[in-house]
Amino acid sequence: MKPEYEFFQTDQLQHLLDNILNEGYCCIGPQVRDGAIIYDTLTSVEQLPYNMSDTQAPGSYSLEKTKSKKYFDWANGPQAIKPLLFAPVEKLWQSTQAADGSISFKTSEVDITPTAIFAARACDIAAMKIQDQHFLQQQFVDPYYRARRDNLLIIAVNCSSPADTCFCHSTGDGPFINNGADIELTELEFGFLIHAETDQGKKLLQGLELQHQTDAQRAESNSIQQNASKQKRQLPALDIQTGLLNELKNDNWHTIAARCLSCGNCTAVCPTCFCHRENELPSLDAKSSEHTREWDSCFSQGHSYIHSITIRSETSQRYRQWLTHKFASWHEQYGRSGCVGCGRCISWCPVGIDVIESVYAILERRRD
Amino acid sequence: MTNQALNPYQPHEAIILKRTQEAPNLFTLRLEFSDEKLQDSYQFEPGQFNMLYLYGVGEIPISIVSDPVCSRIIDHTIRVVGRVSKGMNDLKVGDRMGLRGPYGRGWPVIDSKHKDVVIVTGGLGCAPVVSVINYIEHRREDFGQLNIVQGVKHTVDFIWKDRYDGWRQLENTRVLLAADVGEAIWPWSIGPVTTLFDQLEFDPDNVVVMMCGPEGMMHVVCDHMLDKRVAASQLFLSMERNMQCAVGHCGHCQYGSQFICKDGPVFSYDKIRHLFNTKGF
Repeated sequence: MKPEYEFFQTDQLQHLLDNILNEGYCCIGPQVRDGAIIYDTLTSVEQLPYNMSDTQAPGSYSLEKTKSKKYFDWANGPQAIKPLLFAPVEKLWQSTQAADGSISFKTSEVDITPTAIFAARACDIAAMKIQDQHFLQQQFVDPYYRARRDNLLIIAVNCSSPADTCFCHSTGDGPFINNGADIELTELEFGFLIHAETDQGKKLLQGLELQHQTDAQRAESNSIQQNASKQKRQLPALDIQTGLLNELKNDNWHTIAARCLSCGNCTAVCPTCFCHRENELPSLDAKSSEHTREWDSCFSQGHSYIHSITIRSETSQRYRQWLTHKFASWHEQYGRSGCVGCGRCISWCPVGIDVIESVYAILERRRD
Repeated sequence: MTNQALNPYQPHEAIILKRTQEAPNLFTLRLEFSDEKLQDSYQFEPGQFNMLYLYGVGEIPISIVSDPVCSRIIDHTIRVVGRVSKGMNDLKVGDRMGLRGPYGRGWPVIDSKHKDVVIVTGGLGCAPVVSVINYIEHRREDFGQLNIVQGVKHTVDFIWKDRYDGWRQLENTRVLLAADVGEAIWPWSIGPVTTLFDQLEFDPDNVVVMMCGPEGMMHVVCDHMLDKRVAASQLFLSMERNMQCAVGHCGHCQYGSQFICKDGPVFSYDKIRHLFNTKGF
C-alpha cells in the first residue's frame, strides 16, 4: 500500500533542516564543489544546489545553472552514502610493543555522532542495503560499519531528473525509493511531498506546516516518477548472470581492456564495491603501529597478488573479474545483482567505458 | 561502542614456545595465546588457518599444521616468501606476535568416516593436510584405506621424512612419494605425482580425495579421479588467494561467488569446477 503523503511549501525546507540539526544530528547534504555535487556538512538550504542540473555521459560530468527553481533537479554526484558508512580509510586497531617485547592491542573507537544524510537517492539507498548485507548480515559483523549504520538517519529525495547515464529503473532500484529511508521527499513545483517512515523520521516533522496531499499533487508526483523512469540506458532483459559466466573466454574482454586504464575510478565511485586492503603503519619510534584499512580496487595490481604471483596480471582479467562479480557472482553471494543502476562508473570512467555497452558486448547482443 | 571482543579484525598477543627449522627458508612456530582463557577456549579443525601478525609489519594467513586432538598446540609451518614471513623467520622462542583465528572451513573429516581416503599434495602443499593425517591417525579404525601421496619438484623440497616414515607404519596405509627431478639418494619414484596413481588403493564409490598444492597439479588429480569415476563432490581442494581480513569482508580472496577465507579454503570440486583452471580467477 502506498504510504500517506503530506505537503509543505518550499519555504519550510529550512525548518525541516533545523529540526534535524536541533535533534543533534550532524547533517550531510548535497552541495556544489569543484564542479560536482558532493555531500558534506549542511546547515542551511542556501548551500543546496539550487537551480542546478547535471549532464552526464560516458567519461563526462558537468553542472549547469537552470531556471528550474528546484533544489534537487539533478541526478547524483560521485559519492553519497557509501563513504559515510564504509570509510575510505579506517583505523581498525593499534598495537604497542613494550620494552620487554610484549605486544598489546587496542581497538579504535568509532565516532558515533548521529548523522543525517539529506537528499539521498534511491540508487544509493539500494546500494546501502547491499553493503548492509555484506558488512552486517554475514558470519562476521563489521563493528565500524555497524556503529555508523546504527547512527544514520536517511532523508531521501526521489529522483526527478536522472542523467543519461542512469539506469536505475531497469535494475528496479529507482528513480523513486522503495523503502529504507526515515523520511521520503518528492520535490514538486511549489513544495514537497513528505512521508516519515520511522519514529525518528516522524520526530523531525514537528512544527512543519503540513497540508494533506491534494489529488493534483499526487498526479504531479506520479508524472515526475513516470518521466524519471523513462531512461535511455537499460540493462538487457536477458539472463545476464548465466550469460556472462558462459562467456569467460569471449574476445570482447580484450576489446574492452584495450581501452580500460585499470585506474579503479569505477570501483571508487561504485556505491556497492566493498573491497579494501589492510595497511600497517608503524610509528617512527617503532613503539606503536596502526592497522588501517583503505578502499581497494580489483583493478589494482596488488588486489590478486599472492606469494609472488599476480593472479590477474592482465587488464582484461581485472575487467572480467569486476563485471562478472557485479552482475553474476553477486547474485549467489547476496541474492541480487551488485549494480543499482546509478551510472557513476560510466560518467567517472576517464575513457568513457559504458558498463551497459560492456554487458551487451560480452553477451554479443546489439542494442535496439 | 566497539570493544576488543567485538572486533573481528584485531589479533591477540601470542608467545612463541618453539621454533623448528624444517628446511632452508622453512620453519615452524609453536604459538600460545598470552591470555589463558583464550588459549583454553581455542579449538580448530583440520584445514583451518590463522592470521599471524608480525609487530609493525602486518598479517599473513597460515594453515594450522598441528594436531586438532590436542588443540593446545598451535603450530604453523611458514615459508619465507614476503615481508611478513621474512620477518617472522627472525623471531626466536619467547618473542611475541599477534594471532587470530581459526578461520575457514577445513577438510570434511566427519563426512569421510568409513571411507577410503586419498591425500595428494604437491610441493609445500603438505602442510595443510598434516593436521588431517594426524586426525585420521588418532581414529584409524574410523576410516578405510589411507593413501598419502606427495610430489615435490626437487628432492631437497621434501620435508618431514620422519613423519612420512611414521605414517608408513600405520595400518592399511600407503605412503607414495615422487620427485620431478631425482637424485642419487632419492629412493622413491621419479616423475610427476600422477606416476604414482596406479599404486593407489581405494574404492571409487567410497572414497574422499583431499588435495593441496599447485592448482595445475590439483587439476590433473581431479581429472584422473573423475576418470576413475570418483564423484566431483568427493574431491576436495585447499585453495589459496590473497587474504587480508580472513572474515569475508575485504574481497581479495573471492573466487567467483566464494570467499576463500570463510567459504573455504577447502572446497569440493563441484563448487569451484566452473572456474577452476580459468586463468585470472
